[in-house]
Amino acid sequence: MSPILFWLFAFVMLVFGAAVVINRNPIASALSLVVCFMGLSALFMSLDAFFIGIIQVLVYAGAVMVLFLFIIMLLDLRAEVRRKINLVAFVGGLAVALALFVQIYSVVGQLGAAKQGFPPLRAAKMDDVHNVGLLLFTNYNLPFQIIGVLVLVATIGVVVLSKRELR
Amino acid sequence: MVTLGQYLIVSGLLFTIGFAGVLLRRNIIIIFMSLELMLNAANLSLVAFSRFRLGANGLPNYNAQVFVFFIITVAAAEVAVGLAIIVALYRARQTTHVEDVNSLKF
Repeated sequence: MSPILFWLFAFVMLVFGAAVVINRNPIASALSLVVCFMGLSALFMSLDAFFIGIIQVLVYAGAVMVLFLFIIMLLDLRAEVRRKINLVAFVGGLAVALALFVQIYSVVGQLGAAKQGFPPLRAAKMDDVHNVGLLLFTNYNLPFQIIGVLVLVATIGVVVLSKRELR
Repeated sequence: MVTLGQYLIVSGLLFTIGFAGVLLRRNIIIIFMSLELMLNAANLSLVAFSRFRLGANGLPNYNAQVFVFFIITVAAAEVAVGLAIIVALYRARQTTHVEDVNSLKF
């Protein structure tokens, strides 16, 4: 993938990711999150992970974001009223986040492999759905079934949580 | 040439944005969206490593992509449960502001 496209999609992803945090209106945040995930999915495809890129769009930009927008609509949330910001907490939170990024930056800087480019693929065809599915049903068969149980438990939990009045 | 380090830095930036969102915002739905940003930043670095270290057949290392698949599934389940909890909270307290919910007692 050409560096121009990489930086373009990375820029789109980061700008709209920041917009999620900065926006005051929850609906604007949710829609920025969709654009951010589209950029992320393009980055996945630039890494030849087409299957992951597609399910990123389907699951996140499709299902999860519809769920978010549905809840925002259900709760009838409007733009937040401005409250007094706790300045110490704000500056402290920003400092911790910046410290985390500096840490990540220095670790990546020390990593020798980080300066190398990606090796070209040596295979004639890319059937990554086939390969991911094969691994999923052979090596990772037990985790796959456990994930199925987890999703079932989550479904039951959501029904119970939203049905009964919590006292 | 795009290097592995550039993907890792972009992923770290996305993680930092999500982390800052969790720390700075007070609206519980925005905090939840920031959590999703952090999960996806981890996914990006996993996929970058998967493409970087090719398997014996010259294809990407698909173990990492299976891991990403699992993360996406767990994240979807987590969103469903979390949003149900937010709806229950809103019914009980009529607020989504975390500073209005500061006691464990219902």
